[in-house]
Amino acid sequence: MTKSELVQRLAERNPHLYMRDVEKIVDTVFEEITRALAEGNRVELRGFGAFSVKEREARTGRNPRTGDTVEVEAKRLPFFKTGKALRERLNDEE
Amino acid sequence: MSNQTITRADLAEAVYQEVGLSRNESADLVEAVLEEISDTLVKGENVKISSFGSFSVRQKGERIGRNPKTGVEVPITPRKVLVFRASHVLKSRINEEE
Repeated sequence: MTKSELVQRLAERNPHLYMRDVEKIVDTVFEEITRALAEGNRVELRGFGAFSVKEREARTGRNPRTGDTVEVEAKRLPFFKTGKALRERLNDEE
Repeated sequence: MSNQTITRADLAEAVYQEVGLSRNESADLVEAVLEEISDTLVKGENVKISSFGSFSVRQKGERIGRNPKTGVEVPITPRKVLVFRASHVLKSRINEEE
């Protein structure tokens, strides 16, 4: 399912809403999560999961093809941990 | 860098400010977005949100684990796990200079 399919499915279930509003809702949800993470915050959606940011220190890496050493800068990486309810649903509905 | 935890209520507030639905309906729609994604994943279908990331379900086979306290070997049953892969757009937004 892509974002536009998500918008479509939600619009079908909410026929009283304009498609462009459904689109705005979906965009706002992901924009807010992105903004929160960019500000260094954690996003916790009980039952679904939690998004967080992990810091990676600068390190000396190697180009696996040539063996040359390269300096890898410090960076932040987004992480997602599946919520308990969703993790259980993934495993008991067969 | 702040250190807050954002929840459903904050997402609902943003939808309320952005779209002009009632607060209640904004909260219901945030829930509907999460439910639609969850239901899709439970059915085994992957979810790809452009400029954000993709969620996919991975099947893990049985393997032998160990109780770290007692050292006793126990089989870990096959299970499905959810994997999130952040898009390049999300990764670069998180690393932008403030």
